[in-house]
Amino acid sequence: MDADSLLLSLELASGSGQGLSPDRRASLLTSLLLVKRDYRYSRVLFWGRILGLVADYYIAQGLDEDQLAPRKTLYSLNCMEWSLLPPATEEMITQTSVVKGRFMGDPSHEYEYTELQKMNEGDKVYEEEIVIRIKEETRLVSIIDQIDKAVAIIPRGALFKSPFGPTHVNRTFEGLTLSEAKKLSSYFHFREPIELKNKTLLEKADLDPSLDFMDSLEHDIPKGSWSIQMERGNALVVLRSLLWPGLTFYHAPGTKNCGYIYVGTGEKNMDLPFML
Amino acid sequence: MADPPSDPEQPPQQGSPPEPFTTPPEAPLQAEPETPRSQEMLAAQGWPQGAGLGQYEEPPGGLAYQPYLDENLMLEQLQQGQGSLFQQLESAFQDGQPDPLAQYHAYQREEQPFQPYGGAQHGPYMRDDPSLQFSPSELGFMSYDMEVSEPEPRELAVQNAKAYLLQTSISCDLSLYEHLVNMLTKILNQRPEDPLSILESLNRTTQLEWFHPKLDSLRDDPEMQPTYEMAEKQKTLFIKGGGVEGEQEMEEEVADTAVPNIMESAFYFEQGGVGLSSDESFRLFLALKQLVEQQPIHTCRFWGKVLGLRRSYLVAEVEFREGEEEVEEEEVEELMEGADLTTEAHGEEEGGEEDEEKAADVLPKLQWRPPPVIPREESRSGANKYLYFVCNEPGRPWARLPHVTPAQIVQARKIKKFLTGFLDAPVVSYPPFPGNEANYLRAQIARISAATHISPLGFYQFNEEEGDEEEEGGAGRDSFEENPDFEGLPVFELVDSMANWVHHMQHILPQGRCTWVNPLQKKEEEEELGEEEEKGDEGMEEAEQEIGPPLLTPLSEDAEIMHMSPWTARLSCSLCPQYSVAIVRSNLWPGAYAFAMGNYTLPPTSLSAPLTRLSPAFLINHERAPPAATGRAYLPGLSTRWQGGFS
Repeated sequence: MDADSLLLSLELASGSGQGLSPDRRASLLTSLLLVKRDYRYSRVLFWGRILGLVADYYIAQGLDEDQLAPRKTLYSLNCMEWSLLPPATEEMITQTSVVKGRFMGDPSHEYEYTELQKMNEGDKVYEEEIVIRIKEETRLVSIIDQIDKAVAIIPRGALFKSPFGPTHVNRTFEGLTLSEAKKLSSYFHFREPIELKNKTLLEKADLDPSLDFMDSLEHDIPKGSWSIQMERGNALVVLRSLLWPGLTFYHAPGTKNCGYIYVGTGEKNMDLPFML
Repeated sequence: MADPPSDPEQPPQQGSPPEPFTTPPEAPLQAEPETPRSQEMLAAQGWPQGAGLGQYEEPPGGLAYQPYLDENLMLEQLQQGQGSLFQQLESAFQDGQPDPLAQYHAYQREEQPFQPYGGAQHGPYMRDDPSLQFSPSELGFMSYDMEVSEPEPRELAVQNAKAYLLQTSISCDLSLYEHLVNMLTKILNQRPEDPLSILESLNRTTQLEWFHPKLDSLRDDPEMQPTYEMAEKQKTLFIKGGGVEGEQEMEEEVADTAVPNIMESAFYFEQGGVGLSSDESFRLFLALKQLVEQQPIHTCRFWGKVLGLRRSYLVAEVEFREGEEEVEEEEVEELMEGADLTTEAHGEEEGGEEDEEKAADVLPKLQWRPPPVIPREESRSGANKYLYFVCNEPGRPWARLPHVTPAQIVQARKIKKFLTGFLDAPVVSYPPFPGNEANYLRAQIARISAATHISPLGFYQFNEEEGDEEEEGGAGRDSFEENPDFEGLPVFELVDSMANWVHHMQHILPQGRCTWVNPLQKKEEEEELGEEEEKGDEGMEEAEQEIGPPLLTPLSEDAEIMHMSPWTARLSCSLCPQYSVAIVRSNLWPGAYAFAMGNYTLPPTSLSAPLTRLSPAFLINHERAPPAATGRAYLPGLSTRWQGGFS
């Protein structure tokens, strides 16, 4: 959610039950402003909160002019002091995929993972147990990246692509209509498109290149991994991801208010196909 | 009249077909300079101007310099049959050169860039352009055909341009002129920053507004209909039930009502970062008030919110007044007995069939008998201690959830399914769940309550009067009351050690009940059904008595989940610890929270409410069971060990 409209956004996203306490909100309002100034971001998003056993991580992201460029992620334990996280790499993601369980809440905590590796020493080939230590910070980076790539969404029309390349915020976006808001096809993944080029020419002909340049949610696998609900008596549409439980996207149809927040334990719901 | 001008043009037009009707498709293929010529040829031949209109619907690329679209067209329209046209034609082709390129040069001579009326003039038609150097003397000839005095050339150009822009097509009533006016008006009214970069969006928006105008203000917008209906329903919540009872109600309300103080609990939960927004909480409060008015309720509590796929559930935990519940219970029991009878009858039928087949073929006898159905607990005891009502949204009617049976709890431990939001939806799973979504929800509520309803140590105490030792089955005491002498624990202690918190809901045994029932005892009643069944019984004579931890067991006894403590306790605000609240979060059931205020060092008179406030778990959950619990509660042989926190 945009840091500029933090209070309203938190109010709208509160249907999922997890939000922020007043002291955290106050700290965020102040600190995100300073983050924006210090790092010279054009937009700062409050990404959400990852619950840990000992402490929670509060995550924010900063965007430059180009909305689809890789975002910078910052984390904080007390909503006041923010530290920049390194960008996620493929290697990080594969390495941390072995770690299961909740986050500890301590960024320097190391997970130990023993792995059997074949070692060649001269003629002998034997397996040795190697203890790999993975820092929690690395795990944090990769989880945030995975969540972003999988379930960060934005309504159609909120961003538009100019012919020169960069993607801008559409200032004339008036919100989706009620009927559009209930369809999955009106929401896009907030990332570089992956499946767009797989569309048939017929489908592409109907697309508007300045607005439809991202993947829509319709073709997400497994089908039904999004739950769309109307709350507040049809005045708010809330999408919740079932793949990463805790991600809530809210939008008030007819207005510009939209955004997403993740409040959860940072675990993927691997049982999703069985639960549907 | 027509012939003389056409002569000099015909030799150069080798490529242009004689037929005017084929010129439109060929117009783009021809070189730029030639297109006007075919046009003029048409004109020269006296064809109606409209025939050549087609090719000028889209301005050729070369005319892109002109901010106003091709004036040639306008001239065709407006100067029909004017001799001036032909004079203009003549002037352009002074040379009469056959070479098309030379003609192009002729045009280039005429080209004057950045002119207001058609800078790149490819045609000889801009005769009304005052800045054109080749403003011919032949203008003087124009008047011979005209009856009306010619307006000034500049005005004429303006009129031409405007007339062109005002034209509308068959498909649309809106002309380009009007659209541009709308758009510019909108921009000037709204004055957005950097309008050039959002020009396309503005354009699109203005077009959309035209094609999707706001509906008549007398009629309601059909899209908003459900929203309005919901608002109407919620409005009734806010209206007090008035009339004669008004005064009596006032007294009742000031005194004890069953409705809890939701706003206060919501405030404390908010300190911990949990909860619905304040207006939603208030609506919830009104909905609970409505429930209390409708049902004979003794105590009521907001249990929590359960998220579903299509709709969510708000759950209220209530206790009926004494004696009120029996009517509905009987109906439910009848249904259950009916179900039991049918299963027994089925068993008998199976026996009958086997007898018949024995004569023909010796089939192996069916050894397996379904395990005995464990009876559900009485109301107001064990897992059925409280009654639960659910509603989807404040304003919608409350629905009562049925009592839970041990079989349902046992099955609910094995499966993990999302709730859809509709109580009568089937639960399709393996192993099959005996019931629909209402039963599944109730079973999960039972498990969650048993695992996560906690209170600070000492808040509740056992009744001294009960003869605890006489009760068998290891169930222990099952009732408690508030401790009037409870003074509260400091917040730091509440957060530090889990031993300061206790469960105040009974643990559910692996059997599915809180008090153990020997299934074999029931079997003795079924001996009447026949000898075959007795043989089956022999294998099951031994049933271990399952013992669970007694009530009011501290949380420190809870078993760990995967090396992780099942509870996380925190102060709500680290910046002001003296005023903060202790929040305890369950790691087993994500979304279950409990808070407790510590005691202040303030003298007791400054606060009218008790110094410590307890709130049982407030749950918001996507209805998933942690797999660890399911797995472990299931292993045989562990049933006698205290699993604590698992139900």
